[in-house]
Amino acid sequence: MAQATLDMGVITTVDGTPLKTKLRQAERRNRLRSFGLVFPLLAFIMISFVFPIGDMIFRSVDNPVVAQHLPRTLAALENWDGQEIPDEEVFSVLAQEMRVAAEAREIGKVATRLNYDLPGSRSTITKTARKIRKIEEGPYKEVFIEADKDWGETETWSKLKQVGERYTISYYLAAVDLQRDATGNIISQPENRQIYVPLFLRTLWVSLLITVICLLLAYPIAYLMATLPVRYSNLLIILVLLPFWTSLLVRTTSWIVLLQTEGVLNDILVWIGVISDEGRIQMIYNMTGTIVAMVHILLPFMVLPLFSVMKTISPSYMRAAKSLGATPSRAFWTVYFPNTVPGIGAGSLLVFILAIGYYITPALVGGRTGQLISNFIAFHMQSSLNWGLAAALGGLLLAGVLALYWLYNRVVGIDSMKFG
Amino acid sequence: MAEPVDALVRFKEVQKSYDGETLVVKNLNLDVARGEFLTMLGPSGSGKTTCLMMLAGFETATHGEIYLDGQAINNVPPHRRNIGMVFQNYALFPHMTVRENLAYPLEVRKLGKAEIEQKIARALAMVQLEAFGDRRPGQLSGGQAQRVAVARALVFEPQLVLMDEPLGALDKQLREQMQYEIKHIHENLGVTVVYVTHDQSEALTMSNRIAVFNDGVIQQLAPPDALYEEPENAFVAQFIGENNRLLGKVQAMNGQTCRVTLDDGGDVEALAVNVDQVGARSTLSLRPERVTINPAADSVPNVFDARVEELIYLGDHMRTRFNVCGHDDFIVKVPNAAGHVVLEPGEVVKIGWKAEDCRALDA
Ligand SMILES: Nc1ncnc2c1ncn2[C@@H]1O[C@H](COP(=O)(O)OP(=O)(O)OP(=O)(O)O)[C@@H](O)[C@H]1O
Ligand SMILES: [Mg+2]
Repeated sequence: MAQATLDMGVITTVDGTPLKTKLRQAERRNRLRSFGLVFPLLAFIMISFVFPIGDMIFRSVDNPVVAQHLPRTLAALENWDGQEIPDEEVFSVLAQEMRVAAEAREIGKVATRLNYDLPGSRSTITKTARKIRKIEEGPYKEVFIEADKDWGETETWSKLKQVGERYTISYYLAAVDLQRDATGNIISQPENRQIYVPLFLRTLWVSLLITVICLLLAYPIAYLMATLPVRYSNLLIILVLLPFWTSLLVRTTSWIVLLQTEGVLNDILVWIGVISDEGRIQMIYNMTGTIVAMVHILLPFMVLPLFSVMKTISPSYMRAAKSLGATPSRAFWTVYFPNTVPGIGAGSLLVFILAIGYYITPALVGGRTGQLISNFIAFHMQSSLNWGLAAALGGLLLAGVLALYWLYNRVVGIDSMKFG
Repeated sequence: MAEPVDALVRFKEVQKSYDGETLVVKNLNLDVARGEFLTMLGPSGSGKTTCLMMLAGFETATHGEIYLDGQAINNVPPHRRNIGMVFQNYALFPHMTVRENLAYPLEVRKLGKAEIEQKIARALAMVQLEAFGDRRPGQLSGGQAQRVAVARALVFEPQLVLMDEPLGALDKQLREQMQYEIKHIHENLGVTVVYVTHDQSEALTMSNRIAVFNDGVIQQLAPPDALYEEPENAFVAQFIGENNRLLGKVQAMNGQTCRVTLDDGGDVEALAVNVDQVGARSTLSLRPERVTINPAADSVPNVFDARVEELIYLGDHMRTRFNVCGHDDFIVKVPNAAGHVVLEPGEVVKIGWKAEDCRALDA
């Protein structure tokens, strides 16, 4: 045991090393060892989590296509005042660059990119590019306007200038149904193109609904699991965990079997005469289907945190409350329930965050009206190939979840949360 | 023991079974007088908690009636019985401060704000925790939490308070201090207390009467001194205090006393307490402090040779282990008084005792 001696204000061990140095040496070894132990996980998280998310966030602002293919045009437009259409000089630079891009078969990308911000402009570019390849010399201005009269509009040019920015916020603007007008002011999208904000709201609302339904269903189950004698509660725990042993796809498709118009539930309802054969209820391929299937899938994530909290609540609390004169219901609401709040918080946060980004179930049983924001992210990733917009939508979702987490931490405190 | 004149609690022929096969409480008849401090004492599993839970209303009696203040309460739910209860693990509500815990029974009873404040202040003063009102139970020491639990059980002024091993989790010193405090509170408030413990010294120091439980049956119900000095059966004699047991057979009965022949030879004159006929087997019970060493001739009827086996110095007395009539666990307490005998291990001396100090009990 090192004996501390006070020597000119510095505490040292017996052999004269300052105590602090010695302590740091002793702890460094421990720290190295624990770092070695967590390193594989850390590396995995970096590769599978941090890096992809970083890449996604970068893609949501990254905007290389136009800047890469039309650099000189953009330079020429630098000092353009936006009042009238540019002069012949700009047209000829653009013509040369379009010709090069067309020969490299890259002009389609430029057209697609412009089309995101100026719907209908894809054909403007492709048509014009075809025209230009046929002529050798300018003047180009008339050729352009002849190919597509949009070249005579200042809006086309200001949009071209906007999509030429190397880094852009236009994906984020699009993700919240906004856009920039010709002069760069932020305005809302035309009415018929506002889809993402309602979709976000719908996703939030549906997630909230699913969370509340899960809570209402899970609370009594968890209560029984925590209070029944062990031999019954073990059975209940197995029943709750059973879905985890079944494939997600199987569970989702079994809802299709149950709920479709020719499905089991409708058949039974018709058979017992509650509804007529013509009046079969549409319970799947719409929002109802999404909610039913997702509640089923997310229920265990609510039950388990609740159960783990309830298990720690001594039954003597309820007895004490009753002996002090509280009716059973009052004892429950004033003593038992407040002690389960950490479990409610943890379960709700878990279910809500899972629900808000859920993809596979709405995709399978949501039909047209039961789609959530994640389905649109997938659509832009896989079908429209507008990765920038997909990344921006995902980034907003991530920010929303983080904000929620922050809020929860401020209100309830993350330390009091119990997951299981 | 005379019937208490004014019984606040009455158990009448109460039986309890959890599984329908074994009786945990067998035919319990017990009266608790108003203002009494009654302790249920007994080994683990003897049914003490079960009796308390039936009284509090958390378990139902399988058979029989329980009366509180003359009313049968078998069908009254716990929250309408108006009985204070102190639990072994305190059961303070962790999400409430001490003050809120104390206010809980008062708010349930819809008392006015000022009255609640006043009662809380008085309750906190009673347990000397005035400065701790705004703490949470998690921030209290064991002894403080226990005091709050006692205060909470008393703050709504119930006529009856039940305590189930309330001091079980405390260390020895704190336990003794709390015993004194609870006793003090009981005397000041005049409340009736039914107390459960399996610590006999706790029972002896605190109680007006003690009910000794074994195997679901009250073995003896008596004040502490009577229980110690006049145990009615071998279990009580063995369970309360230290006790020398000698086994034998009744040889003759003559009124108050009887003659018992020990299994290893030797006749003992003893008080006939719990033997009824000649030939019955009997356990003789003799307190270690009632044995004299080298008694004067003819002063006591029972005199035996005893070899000193072991001497333990305990300050105020010497604990001496003898071999008497083939029993080598015969304990005698020799007081450390002026002129006491000096013994050496291996030495053989005479020991003796009076007939009335030696109780012939059931075998
Ligand atoms: N809820 C229950 N279900 C079944 N049996 C029980 C239950 N509670 C108690 N018992 C049984 O009843 C008997 C008496 O139990 P009880 O708790 O009354 O004993 P006790 O005297 O309080 O013991 P201790 O000093 O250990 O607290 C025991 O054999 C116990 O196993
Ligand atoms: Mg008990």
